Amino acid sequence: MLKPDLLIVGAGPAGMSAAIVAARAGLKVVVVDEQPTPGGQIWRGVEANAGTSRGRALGSQYCSGLATVRAFRECGAVYWPSTRVWQIEPTLGTYVTGPGGTRVIAPRLVLIATGAQERPAPFRGWTLPGVMTVGAAQILLKNPGSVPSEPVWIAGCGPLALLYAHQLIRMGGAVAGFLDTRPSTPLRESLRLAGRAVLRSSGELAKGMSWYAGLRHRAGRYVPGVVDLQALGTDRLEGVRYRTAAGRLAEIRTSLLLVHEGVLPELHTARSLGCEIQWDAGQAAYRPVLNEWGECSHPDILIAGDAAGIGGAEAAVHRGRLSALRILQRLGKVAAEPGMTEESCRAALARALALRPFLDRVFRPRGEIFAPDDDTIVCRCEELRVRDLRTVLAGSVGPNQLKAFTRAGMGSCQGRQCGLTVAALIAAAEGRQMGEVQPFRVRPPLKPVRLCDLAGLADEGLSS
Amino acid sequence: MFRLLEDDRGRMESTVTIEIDGYPVIARIGETVASALLREGASWSRTTPVSGARRAPYCMMGVCFDCLMLVEGEGLVRACQTLVRAGLKVQRQTGPRKVGPSC
Amino acid sequence: MKAGQATTAVIGGGLHGLACALALVQRGQDVVLFERSWIGRRASGATAAGVRTLWRDPAEIGLSLEALERWYRMDALVGDDCGFWAGGQIKVAESHAEMEALAARAARTRDLGFHHEELIDTRELRRLAPMISEHCVGGLIARRDGAADPHRTIAAFRRAVEGHGAVIREGISVMALEPEAGGWRVVTDAGNWAVRHVVNAAGAWGGQVCRMVGEVIRFGYKASMVFVTERVQQAFGPVFSTVGRPLSFKQSSQGTLVVGGGIQGWADLEKGSTQVDFRALSRGAAAAQALFPAIRNVQIVRAWTGLEGKTPDLLPVIGPSARAPGVFHTFGFSGHGFELVPLVGEIIADCIMHGRSRYDIGAFDVARLLT
Ligand SMILES: Cc1cc2nc3c(=O)[nH]c(=O)nc-3n(C[C@H](O)[C@H](O)[C@H](O)COP(=O)(O)OP(=O)(O)OC[C@H]3O[C@@H](n4cnc5c(N)ncnc54)[C@H](O)[C@@H]3O)c2cc1C
Ligand code: FES
Repeated sequence: MLKPDLLIVGAGPAGMSAAIVAARAGLKVVVVDEQPTPGGQIWRGVEANAGTSRGRALGSQYCSGLATVRAFRECGAVYWPSTRVWQIEPTLGTYVTGPGGTRVIAPRLVLIATGAQERPAPFRGWTLPGVMTVGAAQILLKNPGSVPSEPVWIAGCGPLALLYAHQLIRMGGAVAGFLDTRPSTPLRESLRLAGRAVLRSSGELAKGMSWYAGLRHRAGRYVPGVVDLQALGTDRLEGVRYRTAAGRLAEIRTSLLLVHEGVLPELHTARSLGCEIQWDAGQAAYRPVLNEWGECSHPDILIAGDAAGIGGAEAAVHRGRLSALRILQRLGKVAAEPGMTEESCRAALARALALRPFLDRVFRPRGEIFAPDDDTIVCRCEELRVRDLRTVLAGSVGPNQLKAFTRAGMGSCQGRQCGLTVAALIAAAEGRQMGEVQPFRVRPPLKPVRLCDLAGLADEGLSS
Repeated sequence: MFRLLEDDRGRMESTVTIEIDGYPVIARIGETVASALLREGASWSRTTPVSGARRAPYCMMGVCFDCLMLVEGEGLVRACQTLVRAGLKVQRQTGPRKVGPSC
Repeated sequence: MKAGQATTAVIGGGLHGLACALALVQRGQDVVLFERSWIGRRASGATAAGVRTLWRDPAEIGLSLEALERWYRMDALVGDDCGFWAGGQIKVAESHAEMEALAARAARTRDLGFHHEELIDTRELRRLAPMISEHCVGGLIARRDGAADPHRTIAAFRRAVEGHGAVIREGISVMALEPEAGGWRVVTDAGNWAVRHVVNAAGAWGGQVCRMVGEVIRFGYKASMVFVTERVQQAFGPVFSTVGRPLSFKQSSQGTLVVGGGIQGWADLEKGSTQVDFRALSRGAAAAQALFPAIRNVQIVRAWTGLEGKTPDLLPVIGPSARAPGVFHTFGFSGHGFELVPLVGEIIADCIMHGRSRYDIGAFDVARLLT
């Protein structure tokens, strides 16, 4: 059995940066990622795109990932692409399935760098073909370079929605309209939160403002203050009805709607290991409880990048390095790069995170998405509407009993799309805070695994 | 729902043909079955086992499982995590999948 | 009923605790039930929910047949059929030697006067299970057996218990039992209760409750694992097990395949935590695939480990305490107690209210386990 010093789950900015520091210092490192190439969500496909017109349109921050990917490829870490981690035992026995079949490895330490997923924000009709997330559309932009065939409608709130619109327009696509679901925030309050960061990050702020301005200018229509959406159609999306905070109802015709309401840390992996989580009101999301190194309540697990709390790519790089430095310390090694010190990483991390409170405040999700109406599907897999959960909710049961009684969270996505909404519904039904409610317990496997892949381990057991 | 950009890498030699429900679909090497599907007129991937409703790829990053399709030799898998390869046979999944000697 | 007082306190909110509570309230008693976490949290919620009389220990066959009849009338007992379906249970022989073992077993059960187990040949096996692997030669079937939906069963029993006026207190642990005039003081982490009788339905923790009244018994636990797949088209009517491998295999009414068979995961009884051991569980997957090669590509979506009490002879403990008058046991079902649920509550209620049951429960006496 392979026994590396360090297993890193995820080859995004955090995972790669940690791998580079750890491997260069002489640790045996294995990096596993479901994607076929390194880069994570943000730098997806950067090796193929950098230097092409597509790369240029995706922007300089995107292309800057190439350096990290190259360094990662050369750092000496063992890299298994197209490979899923589907179980990590508390003793760190780790089960992976990839092109090489299914195997079990036994690392000394694990770094979870699994990134984020988009916040599921249920509304009526959100399961119709033709409703997709902005993140999904951006993935298509990076590989294979697809754009919506018609000018597209985007609804949402968050930097990613703006960035995508900006990239799409630069690549020759068109935005038919933007339904801005961002609650209006007094500018002064937001700026106060940003504090001195505004000055230091004025470049980025200006960039964001210019996206906004560009969008208002280039999108066919721009509708601020949207509070409610409904996707219309039977077999596929035919239109969208929306309501604004001012109470105006309107309808548009479209066969594609891209939605986005921010992102959430990937918590399944950490929670399957019993790592403690807490509610982060600023980000309206659960996040793992971590110390300044990314160490969690499990002694041999560290968490870095967006999986540790949403911070963006640059913060992920520095968090990955910090976790790697801690790992080196624990295993009695030192970083090979002279400049790679705790102080420099912390300073860089602080700079990368400076604007975060401002962004969190400006793009705080509207309350409506935590309180979908009775007709809205909560659990996409089991097709359960809020209405179907009402009786059980009234009995003030916890999330796990609710799951047992209704099957919410029992489908293939294993609660990734309904977990947060169910927690919010429970909190609302019982008049409790999100922090007092826990999401569903995570049952293994982390991702579905084929029967034959599990059965294969039995044969292996016989031969060893 | 989607179309390919005409950029500097749209040359024909970088494509393969896969089959979706028996029809040939041209795909780019390195893309996923889901991204090829989304350029088709009917871009739905499956109907649900519960109510028979149509679904299409939603997240493209492997967390929603709405892109489940029957891939020859592999079973019902996420099309957004499955790379195309020449001759790959894919079927839209209607309702719960069948199990049988050929699956 | 006044808070803090009841005729009977039931310790444990699994199905056996609920069934006892139900039988007692139906007979007019005041009942309070204490559950440390939540109703059905342990074995009853983790169970594979087979309703099986097949291949039972001879000492249990009589009870299990009686319980089976009640599964057919479940609606009358709890107002819901609990998702019970009678597709039969089959023990499959994968070789002629195994077939002989099944024949010997069939002869033995017949000699005891039971006729629920029937040998079937290859043709009948294939008729009942068209997808079964070529190499399987026959089986032993109990045609009236089947399986139920565990969560529906828990929900139905809970509704019935509360509907009859029993009090369910979740999130409360019983810490001690102290004798007092006319009964027992139940010391919990949320106050004391005065009761006449106590029912120990504490599952894997049944031995701990015994200790509270001075009974030290030989007792262990099982940490059995189950996995569930994506939904597939209905293709498997009966529940399958094998002679030579750890396997129990069924298709739920939702279409998911539910695979167990008593393969052991990890557990810590004190912390109440469990863990799935996929290395060990791979043997269950291999067994399922050997029996039904066509399912090899089906995706496993969930797995878990349930905790249940285990006695040295794998028979439950049912009946009055050997040392503590007024205390009654129903625990230690050793991995096959789900089927007995609709009967045992009634037996305990009869023991409490009439001093005896009309069923022979001698084999389940706690005295056999005292150290
Ligand atoms: C994985 C698995 C598969 C199975 N498959 C089958 C099958 O197919 N067919 C079949 O017939 N049987 C099966 N069984 C067995 C069956 O599920 C059990 O026999 C039955 O559910 C036992 O019910 P119970 O009420 O005794 O135990 P439990 O459901 O475990 O209930 C005991 C309860 O007592 C509580 N408790 C303990 N101590 C205290 C205390 N001091 N204070 C308060 N509360 C306390 C616990 O929290 C627990 O909820 C299976 C069991 C498992 C684990
Ligand atoms: S589109 Fe969501 S998992 Fe593939």
